Amino acid sequence: MLKETPLIEVHKRYGGKIVDFAGWAMPIQYSSIIEEHMAVRERVGLFDVSHMGEIDVTGRDAAKLVNMLITNDISKMKVKQAKYSPMCYENGGIVDDLLVYKLADDHYLLVVNAGNTDKDYNWILDRAKGMDVTVKNESPNYIQLAIQGPKSEELLSKLMDVDLSAIKYYHFDLGKLSGDGVFAEGIISRTGYTGSDGFEFYTKEVDKAEAVWDLIMSAGKEYGIEPCALGARDTLRLEAGMLLYGHDIDENHTPVQADILWTVKLNKDNFIGKDALKKEVENGPAIKLYGMEMLDKGVPRQHYEIYKDGEKVGDITSGTFAPYLKKYIAMGYIKSGVVDLGDEVQIKIRNKFLKARIVEKPFYKRR
Amino acid sequence: MKKYAKTHEWVEVEDGKGRIGITDFAQKELGDVVFVELPEIGDEVKKGESFGTIESVKAASDLYAPVSGEVVEVNNAVVDKPQIVNEDPEGKGWMIVVEMSDPSELDDLMTEEEYKESIEEE
Repeated sequence: MLKETPLIEVHKRYGGKIVDFAGWAMPIQYSSIIEEHMAVRERVGLFDVSHMGEIDVTGRDAAKLVNMLITNDISKMKVKQAKYSPMCYENGGIVDDLLVYKLADDHYLLVVNAGNTDKDYNWILDRAKGMDVTVKNESPNYIQLAIQGPKSEELLSKLMDVDLSAIKYYHFDLGKLSGDGVFAEGIISRTGYTGSDGFEFYTKEVDKAEAVWDLIMSAGKEYGIEPCALGARDTLRLEAGMLLYGHDIDENHTPVQADILWTVKLNKDNFIGKDALKKEVENGPAIKLYGMEMLDKGVPRQHYEIYKDGEKVGDITSGTFAPYLKKYIAMGYIKSGVVDLGDEVQIKIRNKFLKARIVEKPFYKRR
Repeated sequence: MKKYAKTHEWVEVEDGKGRIGITDFAQKELGDVVFVELPEIGDEVKKGESFGTIESVKAASDLYAPVSGEVVEVNNAVVDKPQIVNEDPEGKGWMIVVEMSDPSELDDLMTEEEYKESIEEE
């Protein structure tokens, strides 16, 4: 039996095509993935991402626990700030990648991938033993909406009682969203998984999910808002060079290999995976995640093989047609020292070796 | 005469030639088409076998020939602009024309009415 978010009826009402995503019944598209993608790049789109997990960490040792769990450093974080980080095993493999919200000095909210929520919760509970801390899986008690695109601030400003222009990237505020007799309190953060400007709204007023969705949709009409689903979420994040757990990262890959060394703070006190990651940085990783753009016409997809001078050198982890850039793009792990930016490689697509070029990530960068 | 295959291709017959494409139902199921690969003029296609590939944002699928024959025309417009398949799948979005080698193959295919019934069951 698939899990459902409180917005399942809304997805059906808007004509969403429902699929099984990590055990959740979620829409993959409403109108068209390309149309939804373009709405986010050029206007504004609304996503239900309530399947994401929320794990609440409170208590005197909350900061200590979180900083031990993740590779990034939260010690200098201010209240109402958010941070992206991998969470690793001792061997450096990635348990999950997550967002840390600092609600108070002794209160953090970890937002984790839907398919990893139970695994993460158990992992964190185990590490919390003997610490003065309370860890709670709050996932069923939150709805999370992502309002993404250049018009998102203008649209939400009509509905929120906080000054959104004052919220910087990876910061948040606590506020009330209201209009048409509906109101809901929650966290509003300038974060997202699309590469466009945007916000995410978390509220525990789960029974108001439909009313809040409809309110944002009707207030967004004048900005050309589109309901957006997981298909567009995937093309948007890939175009923006963001990693997807289970594709680009997993327990067999480290943040060093995944080319997100900026999230690994080797100078901070002990954290899980530090020794392994330090050694890997010193010795250099055996493989590294690269961005590629097709020179020949073809759609690169996960598990396709990458070749250089007739020899297999890697595998694609994510690939798609990038609707905004109008290019076929991919990310994949390639043996270290084999390629440089600008080099040509071949991707094996249905037994043909098609030309691609190593390019910088992100593929898309907003101005 | 226009007939339909279970694999969601249509073939429109005129003077012993069959113009082939995918149905409106198929393009809706696929979603945004972003890549089409077709055979070349002179290639032989065989009923029930793959004659090309169509890829949407989500996935790659084979195109199956509803009839056998030699390819005499190829619609390069859908290779250059795959979205034509979404916009007009049963018109401008046609893919190939074959000189049919065995017109009796058409007997196994569905009429428009039969095809409509079959997709309602899906």
